[in-house]
Amino acid sequence: MTTSNENESDAPVNEGIAISVRNLRVRYGDREVLHGVTFDVKAGETLVILGGSGSGKSTLLRTLMGLEKPSGGEIWIHGKNLCCISAHDMAELRKKLGVSFQSGALFGSMTVGENVALPLREHTRLDDSTIEVMVRLKLEEVGLSGYENYIPAQLSGGMKKRAAVARALAMDPEVLFFDEPSAGLDPIIAAGIDDLILKLKKAFRMTIVVVTHELASAFLIADRMILVDKGNVIALGTVEELKSSQQPRVRQFLDRVPEPDVAEDEGFLDRLTEHLRL
Amino acid sequence: MSVTETVGQATIDTLAYLGDLTILTGRSLHAVVIAPFQGQRLRVERAIHQAMAVGVGAVPILSLISFFIGMILALQSAYELRRFGAMEFVANAVAVSMTRELGPLMTAIVVIGRSGSAFAAEIGTMKVNEEIDALQTMALDPVHFLVAPKFIAMALMLPCLTTWADFMGVLGGSVFGVAGAGFTFGSYIHTTLSALVLRDIVTGLIKSVMFGMVITAVGCQEGLSTGLGAEQVGRSTTSAVVKSIFMVVLVDLVFTMLFYLTAPHS
Repeated sequence: MTTSNENESDAPVNEGIAISVRNLRVRYGDREVLHGVTFDVKAGETLVILGGSGSGKSTLLRTLMGLEKPSGGEIWIHGKNLCCISAHDMAELRKKLGVSFQSGALFGSMTVGENVALPLREHTRLDDSTIEVMVRLKLEEVGLSGYENYIPAQLSGGMKKRAAVARALAMDPEVLFFDEPSAGLDPIIAAGIDDLILKLKKAFRMTIVVVTHELASAFLIADRMILVDKGNVIALGTVEELKSSQQPRVRQFLDRVPEPDVAEDEGFLDRLTEHLRL
Repeated sequence: MSVTETVGQATIDTLAYLGDLTILTGRSLHAVVIAPFQGQRLRVERAIHQAMAVGVGAVPILSLISFFIGMILALQSAYELRRFGAMEFVANAVAVSMTRELGPLMTAIVVIGRSGSAFAAEIGTMKVNEEIDALQTMALDPVHFLVAPKFIAMALMLPCLTTWADFMGVLGGSVFGVAGAGFTFGSYIHTTLSALVLRDIVTGLIKSVMFGMVITAVGCQEGLSTGLGAEQVGRSTTSAVVKSIFMVVLVDLVFTMLFYLTAPHS
C-alpha cells in the first residue's frame, strides 16, 4: 500500500481540479459496469452526471464517494488517490465530503436536529450549545428552521431531501454529492431542490457533483455535464455544448427518443431460440 | 451440479459465513476493548439504551417461560424419581438442569426471538434505506456505531437474564416441590442451595455470555448482508432467527463438552 505522501506526490498537478477520475473501471463479479471512465471536476463547479437507468451513473457516484472499490483506474479527490488510500486518510477525506442520498437516508430513530448534529458530535469537540446553534443555522440554510424536533417520518419527501442536505452541509464540506435530488418529487418541490442547489453554489462556491436523469433540472444547475451510457462517458462539456451535440446517442437521450423495440426480426428470433441450438 | 460440487460449495459458503461472523465479532471487540484507548468514543449511552431494550424488555416473558420450564422439569424428574422413592432429589434435578443448561438456553432462545431478529430487521432496514452508506460517507464505521453497542448490551444482559431465569425456574420447580413432593418452600430452597456448586452457575453464565455474542454477531451480520428491497429485510430477519438458534445450540454443545472434559473427577 502506498503512503499518503506517495499519493500526494503522484497526484495530477492542477490547482483548479477538485476531483480527477482516470480510466476508472468498476465490476460486480464478472460484470464490468464502468469501462474506463475519465473526467475532471473543477473546484467550485457544479458537474451533473447524466445517464439513463442502468447506465452506471449511480455506480460512478458510489465509487466517487468511496462506497465501491474500483477494479482499475484512479480517483483523485483533493490530492488523495481513493484507490490506495489508508483507512485513516479515507476517514479524514470523508469529513470534507457531504452526501445527499436519493432517499435522504436520514436516521429514522433520531430527530432532524440529531441527524444534522451527528457528524458534529462525532468529529468535533464543540459543546452542545454550539452544536445546537450550528444545527439551527444549517436547517435555516435549507429552509427547514423550526423542524429540529421532528422525526424523519413526519416530513414530506422534499423536506427529507432538504434535511439530508442540511446534514451533508454540517461539516462545511468542500465537495457535495447529490444522488438523484429530484427523484420522486413533484415538479414544484423538485424546482425547490434545484433552487436550493443553486443557492448553495452561489453562497458557498463549493464543488458539487449531481447524478440525475432529469434533463430540466440538469440544464438548470449544471456548469458542465457528462453523459454516461453503458458504462462509458460518451459526452462531456458545458450545457450548451451538450445541447448542440450531434452524437446520435446524446441526441437520443436529450430528445427523449425511446430505444427501438426490436432491431430486426431475424436477429430477435435468433436470440429467443439460441438455447435450443446449443 | 454434481453432489461433490454441491457439498463443496456448501462447505465454502459455510466457512465464508463463519469467517464473516468472526471478523464482525473481532471488529466489535476491538471497538469495545481497544478503540477507547486509541481515543475513539465508546458509545455507552447507545449501549445502555440497547441493554434496556434487550434486558428489561425481556423480563416479563422470560420470567413466565422460566417459571413454567422449572415446573415442567420438576414434574418430569418426579415421574422417574418416584419409582425409586427419591422425590427429595426433585429440587436437585431442577436446580442443576436450570443453572447448567435450560436457564442459559431458554434465555438465549427468548432473546433471539426478541432481539436477534430486531437487530437484523433494524440494520437490514438501515441498509435498504442507504443509512449504512450514509454512516460510511460521514466517516462513521457502522460496526463501531451500530454493532459494538449491541455487543456490550448483550454480553452484559444475557448473564443477568440467565440468572433471573435460573431463579424463576427454581421458583417454578418449588411449586411442584411444595404441592407434590413433600417439601416446604423453605426446605425446597435449602435443598436447591445445597445441591448447587459454584461451577454450575458459572458455567451457565459463561455460556450465556457466549450466546449473547453469537446472537449479536448473527443478527447484525444478517442485517449488514441484507440485499436490496423490503422483502430482503424479512428474509434477513428469518435467517437471523434460524441461524442464531443453530449457532447457539452448537456453541452450547462445544462449551458443554469443554466443561465436561475440564470438570474435576470426584
